[in-house]
Amino acid sequence: MNKTVNQRAWLFVLPVVILVAFSAIIPLMTVVNYSVQESFGENTFFWSGVQWFEEVLHSDRFHSSLLRQILFTAVILAIEVPLGLAIALAMPRKGPWVSVCLVLMALPLLIPWNVVGAMWNILALPDIGLLGRGLNAMGVEYNYTRQPFAAWFTIVLMDVWHWTSLVVLLSYAGLVSIPEAYYQAAKIDGARPWAVFRYIQLPKLKYVLTIAILLRFMDSFMVYTEVVVLTGGGPGNSTTFLSIDLVKTALGQFDLGPAAAMSLIYFLIVLLFSWLFYTLMMRNESR
Amino acid sequence: MAKIILRDLRHTYVASPRIDADWALKKFTLEWADGGAYALLGPSGCGKTTLLNLISGLLTPTEGRILFDGRDVTGASPEERNIAQVFQFPVIYDTMTVYDNLAFPLRNRRVSAREVDDRVREVATMLELDSMLKHRAAGLTADGKQKISLGRGLVRSDVNVIMFDEPLTVIDPHLKWVLRSKLKELHQRIRRTMIYVTHDQTEALTFADQVVVMKDGEIVQIGTPVELFERPSHTFVGHFIGSPGMNVLPCEVRGGRAMFAGETIETANGVSYRGEGKGVEIGVRPEFITFAAEGVPVDVTKVLDAGRYRIVETMTQAGHTIKLLVPEDERIPEGGARLRFAPERTQIYENGWMVT
Repeated sequence: MNKTVNQRAWLFVLPVVILVAFSAIIPLMTVVNYSVQESFGENTFFWSGVQWFEEVLHSDRFHSSLLRQILFTAVILAIEVPLGLAIALAMPRKGPWVSVCLVLMALPLLIPWNVVGAMWNILALPDIGLLGRGLNAMGVEYNYTRQPFAAWFTIVLMDVWHWTSLVVLLSYAGLVSIPEAYYQAAKIDGARPWAVFRYIQLPKLKYVLTIAILLRFMDSFMVYTEVVVLTGGGPGNSTTFLSIDLVKTALGQFDLGPAAAMSLIYFLIVLLFSWLFYTLMMRNESR
Repeated sequence: MAKIILRDLRHTYVASPRIDADWALKKFTLEWADGGAYALLGPSGCGKTTLLNLISGLLTPTEGRILFDGRDVTGASPEERNIAQVFQFPVIYDTMTVYDNLAFPLRNRRVSAREVDDRVREVATMLELDSMLKHRAAGLTADGKQKISLGRGLVRSDVNVIMFDEPLTVIDPHLKWVLRSKLKELHQRIRRTMIYVTHDQTEALTFADQVVVMKDGEIVQIGTPVELFERPSHTFVGHFIGSPGMNVLPCEVRGGRAMFAGETIETANGVSYRGEGKGVEIGVRPEFITFAAEGVPVDVTKVLDAGRYRIVETMTQAGHTIKLLVPEDERIPEGGARLRFAPERTQIYENGWMVT
């Protein structure tokens, strides 16, 4: 095949390069820059090497935020993925109810994140909120502003309410795209419903579920708005996740160096997990 | 193994059918002998897949009964009917090996591991899949996957009928031949009823002993390939089967004699004609027309070389096109010529149907 060499083609790439540079590369380099320097007032900076990285990696505060973060992500993944898949399996495939279900499912995803936090904040208030009052009226002592467990319970519930829909919609799209012939063949082969799920639906949903898990992993690992609005990271530090910790360090205490080092470590953790997971899921495909 | 009877069957996908066209399948009765090789042939949308799904039990007929060896299975599930079906696109269980794919229908029926192993190996040998039993099924080529689909039908030694729904659609042309002869060979070996749905006349005619031709939800003709070729009972069959299709020419019939372009045409069924003379046509295949000294006057308009023979297109004065086949060593007259229709292969049709 003949290839035309035309250096002017680079001009077409330029807008994207500029966009990416300003939205990602330059901010990232700024963070890298901060992470290796000590800053004082009046814009004075001194080289400090890997000092901030060492400090962050050895700090108990970072360890506990990270642990909370991992626990939170593990819990919501363990709930949202099976639940979302189950709902998608139960949803009708044709008829007038399809659009009703889809709209209902899409609704939580359309609400601004801080509104979600505010909604649940009010809903869970022990004195006037429906959920808070209801639980207390049933004899359960519940006050998310004081009990760490209640706070966690509320946050997990809120996240499940907010984000299970995403898993549902992705899984549903995957399920609908399975050709009818697979189900017919399974019927003819005498497969039970469990076998249909195990050998047809689950394998066919592999890509979709991989994407769903990746998205939910990244989003939940960076959860911020809803939690800040609901609990502000408390009571104490019990719901201070990595992102909240980071904002406190950077904007609350103006410790730019440690905050920059922390965000880089944070970024690398997300990247590493995502890469590991994706590689593991896809390793059989190349064969 | 079973004799299949479809009695007064009719099917619609419409909730309350009013007009004739609402019926995907119009009422018919049909018998499939045990061990036969059948083809369902017709253009897309003629109802052949519907008919297939009714037999397999994936659909329940709106009206009528389905009998397997006299047993009424109209409401029975595909599993209860014990049938096998190969679909247009290869359906395999991606995560399983070829072996597990073939074993799947047996394991679902709780067959003992030893018997499963025997059957799977036997079928794998039959289909030349032996060397791939340990491979993951997803890694096979399209024809390999289609063999697995077929194999899953063959492992059960007691299936009543194996059905094929245009199984060669996604297969490369050079492998179509291989698989087609493999199928024919398999049928001769295991003598199980097979029904093969296709819109490709070559596939139908090479595979089947009996071909069922369908059009707009109706069965137009059932017959051996030779019958369909020599005595198509409807002009549609004449068009659909054969390449090029049958010539259909408007004519008048008086006293058992057909008149076309001012010439009297001898026909095989002229004496049976008792009608009014409306919508009457004569049908004659290009294979049964020759140049002659006497006959229908035409002008030669086009000659197409098709290898062993040539397809000659001619036109009458009234503007009717008549095609005929001429062997490669025969001379084609320039300009004006006369055509002779072989009387025993020329039929009269009224409103599309052959006069009997």
